[in-house]
Amino acid sequence: MKKKIVSLLMIAAMAATMFAGCGGSNSEGSDAGSNGSAGKVLNIQCWNEEFRTRIEDHYPDYEKVSDTEGKIGDVTVNWIITPSDDNAYQNNLDRVLEAQESTDQDEKTDMFLIEADYAPKYIETDYVLPLSELGISDSDISEQYDYTQKVVTDTNGNLKGLSWQACPGVLFYNRDLATEVLGTDDPDAVQEAVKDWDTFVATAEQMAAKGYHMTSSVNDTYRVYSNNVTSKWVEDGKLNIDDNIMKWVEDSKKMVDAGQTATHELWSDDWNKGMMEDSPVFCYFGPAWLVNFSMHADEEGSVGYAGKWGACEGPQGFYWGGTWICAAAGTDNADLIKDIMLTMTTDKDVLKEIVEKDDDFANNKTLMDEMAETDYTSKVLGGQNPLPLYAKNVESLDLSNLSPYDQGCNEEFQNAMKNYFDGNATLDEALALFRKAVAEKYPDISVE
Amino acid sequence: METKKGLNVKARRAIAYVVLIAITVLCLFWFYVLLINATRTNSQISGGFSPLPGTNMAKNWVNLSHGTLPIWRGLLNSLIIATASAFLTTYFSAMTAYAIHAYRFRGRKFISTFILMVMMIPTQVVALGFLELINNMGLDNSFIPLILPAAASPVTYFYMKQYMESSLPLSIIEAARIDGAGEFKIFNIVVMPIIKPAIAVQAIFAFVASWNNYFTPALVLHSDSKKTLPILIAQLRAADFLKFDMGQVYMMILFSILPVVVVYLLLSKQIVSGVAAGSVKG
Amino acid sequence: MKKKKGNKYNRWGWYFLIPFLLVYVVFQLIPLFNTIYNSFFERYRTGLTWVGPNFVGLDNYKELLSQGDLWVYLKNTMIMWVLGFVPQIAVSLLLGAWFSDNRLRLKGSRFFKTVIYLPNLIMASAFSMLFFTLFSDNGPMNSILMSLGIISEPYSFFSHVWSTRTLVAVMNFLMWFGNTTILLMAGMMSIDTSLYEAAEVDGATSTQRFFKITLPVLKPILIYVMITSLIGGLQMFDVPQILTNGTGEPMRSSMTLIMFLNKHLFSKNYGMGGALSVLLFIVTGILSIIVFKASGYSMDDE
Repeated sequence: MKKKIVSLLMIAAMAATMFAGCGGSNSEGSDAGSNGSAGKVLNIQCWNEEFRTRIEDHYPDYEKVSDTEGKIGDVTVNWIITPSDDNAYQNNLDRVLEAQESTDQDEKTDMFLIEADYAPKYIETDYVLPLSELGISDSDISEQYDYTQKVVTDTNGNLKGLSWQACPGVLFYNRDLATEVLGTDDPDAVQEAVKDWDTFVATAEQMAAKGYHMTSSVNDTYRVYSNNVTSKWVEDGKLNIDDNIMKWVEDSKKMVDAGQTATHELWSDDWNKGMMEDSPVFCYFGPAWLVNFSMHADEEGSVGYAGKWGACEGPQGFYWGGTWICAAAGTDNADLIKDIMLTMTTDKDVLKEIVEKDDDFANNKTLMDEMAETDYTSKVLGGQNPLPLYAKNVESLDLSNLSPYDQGCNEEFQNAMKNYFDGNATLDEALALFRKAVAEKYPDISVE
Repeated sequence: METKKGLNVKARRAIAYVVLIAITVLCLFWFYVLLINATRTNSQISGGFSPLPGTNMAKNWVNLSHGTLPIWRGLLNSLIIATASAFLTTYFSAMTAYAIHAYRFRGRKFISTFILMVMMIPTQVVALGFLELINNMGLDNSFIPLILPAAASPVTYFYMKQYMESSLPLSIIEAARIDGAGEFKIFNIVVMPIIKPAIAVQAIFAFVASWNNYFTPALVLHSDSKKTLPILIAQLRAADFLKFDMGQVYMMILFSILPVVVVYLLLSKQIVSGVAAGSVKG
Repeated sequence: MKKKKGNKYNRWGWYFLIPFLLVYVVFQLIPLFNTIYNSFFERYRTGLTWVGPNFVGLDNYKELLSQGDLWVYLKNTMIMWVLGFVPQIAVSLLLGAWFSDNRLRLKGSRFFKTVIYLPNLIMASAFSMLFFTLFSDNGPMNSILMSLGIISEPYSFFSHVWSTRTLVAVMNFLMWFGNTTILLMAGMMSIDTSLYEAAEVDGATSTQRFFKITLPVLKPILIYVMITSLIGGLQMFDVPQILTNGTGEPMRSSMTLIMFLNKHLFSKNYGMGGALSVLLFIVTGILSIIVFKASGYSMDDE
């Protein structure tokens, strides 16, 4: 009898193992044909589909297998997507990088993408290969915008990532609403109506009087303020709220109370609704990637599809986001990574294609200055050439106030302030909530 | 008084129907909106609700199933974990309940009180130690830590024990012993069939609980090939998934609830009466 | 209960307990002790490095208790549970009484039962995601309410404390009232009809019959429902987590205890998470004992 019990337990345990094993074996099955030999699998960690579609559209040898898999020659490319919300992407990246050494070669992370908001966190570690080790020299990348390299250069001066884009921000406005309220949709004339924050607010009043919102959400202007700060989120281990961030709170509260904007979360469906026609949203702030990423330009019924957006400089220059490609230490695909990096970030033909097809602003000063002078036009922007605007704003970018904690701080600050804007908390209560949330996310920061 | 009561029944019946219909609407309305919106394009959805379905269902489905969310994998993973958990939970809870019900051994009282006490401990409270444990055992990102613990389910045990107290007379066991059956055999051959209604109900509960579970799997499973449906659903809430295409979002929700709804509608009679049958013995 | 010490079969009780106890010890007790152990240390991850473990005694507890948040989240959890549980019991009793009342002779009761049980099987996360999209500012519910002329501009359901809590409660109600109804109804069906007939002869009204006969018989089932629901309620997580994207907004008024714990687990703060787990353990323990005592359930299980 005892034996029976034992054997039953064994069966149960075996069944469980089988189930688990079945999950495991199938995941390996997707690498089929690799036979475990080195360099046949390229695993890329990313948080959305942006880079994958860039590769699909512009990297010559890439063959798409599915939305999460592709082939370059006989190398299988796996796209491992973790959404960036609530630091989920970073937490996952931390986990896989820590386990990198003990992971099978074909399961190892070969490449991963990072954003400016937390770039220093990874750049300062040995988990990222310096580009010099890949055989990329300064002369290969001399035409790139300086700031895109500074962000991913560690304190020892090693460059550790490359980006195909530069992300100076501009103001995108709805041409129909501009014509109706301001009497013109000419970029220069609209710029006059938003040239500084005072005129911006005056225009917002005009919009509100007609029942329109100036921006979709308070969070649209956030980056314009947060990128013009004079101090970091964390100074000497202490949480620090810059005066310009507080100015955002003050200005935004006024706009919300005056019915000139709403408090939607960024990226939410509510926030995104302003991209559709018949929406009451006058403008969005963003860099070039916003056009391709959020404007539904290929979808009937969107403002972008109708080519009804315009672009102007806006009240202040700023940058937002940007994606950098990094090579993970321990990769067995160094040559391929080098080729991908150089092709995607320095090949002028590819970069030109990216600008033309994806409305992006490419990371090549020479090319961008050239194209700014040509008759390149963007369909989404109603035939406007936005490159001179980007080229102008990119010169004033200052990313010296980045900290490894920016993503969490920015996210929690916007979340906490929403309560203040919605009237659910006083400013002090909302700030206290922000401090609390940061302490929970980053126990090493002193929030007092 | 007598005649009044006659009217009363009619009036009460009318009220009952009105309330029942209202509740039916309350239960089904959300799924109606879900169905409608899953058939419409993003721009139609953002244009406001319309009670009539659109024509974009196939397109939404194609976009979703060819997209980055591994939905079939997720469905399979959820099925594997929920089925195995339901099996372990019911079988071993019945076994535990039987031990307490049928035998008078030293420490019995202590054990039954102990299980009753720990019944209230939320599993999440031990999650931290649990995660460390499975990391040390090398079981991170595996199904085992989501399945094996199901064998110790105090709530199911409690239910089984209640059921046995009312429907499993010890005399049956005595009779089986006289027939020369071994204890383990008695449990499997004699006892299990008697408590079948309770097993059926608890199997459903356990399956549904595991199928719906989000907390532990979200902490244990990391790779796309292992993720269960609730984790995939939660990813929708995060940021820019599915490229702001609400048609796809509704389609994904529909996909994740449809299999269970279909099975339920096919078996609803058995399930509902099973739930009812199990409860009679309070 | 007297023990039959001489019975040679009784050692089998222990054999049958082995799987349960083994699994319980490995996956619950050891982790519980590990959790308690962790709670006395400073131990967390920052960036790509770990801090600690450094022994800090009761510092983690002191910090948690001095913040006072714990009670707020306990209150939130209980509010949202009660908000869903009270209508759940009320509606279930009502429906159960109707379904089991032979004189009402309700038609289509199988259909209704099928419908009300349905939400119980819906994945809570999918259901929450659905509600989140339905009740978003520009979502279908606002669109419907506006076209019906009930409101003139979109109502931000998730920017108001009570609308958020109510939505959580409504979802919990929808998911569980069908289950409770069926349990109670079955209990009611089992009541000997002669009891009712006798009561009727004595001139009892239907309300009196309900309170004097039905309720007492249902007591064990009600206790079972209450206890399981309270356990579920204390563990409330999926619905508010997905509805508010883990923020518990507005102003954390819909943040539950487990959501709070999840925050610490997610940012890999093992010391603080451990202390919080232990406090949760104590709080739920106390609550359970109160419920057991109040419900009159005897620990003496015979």
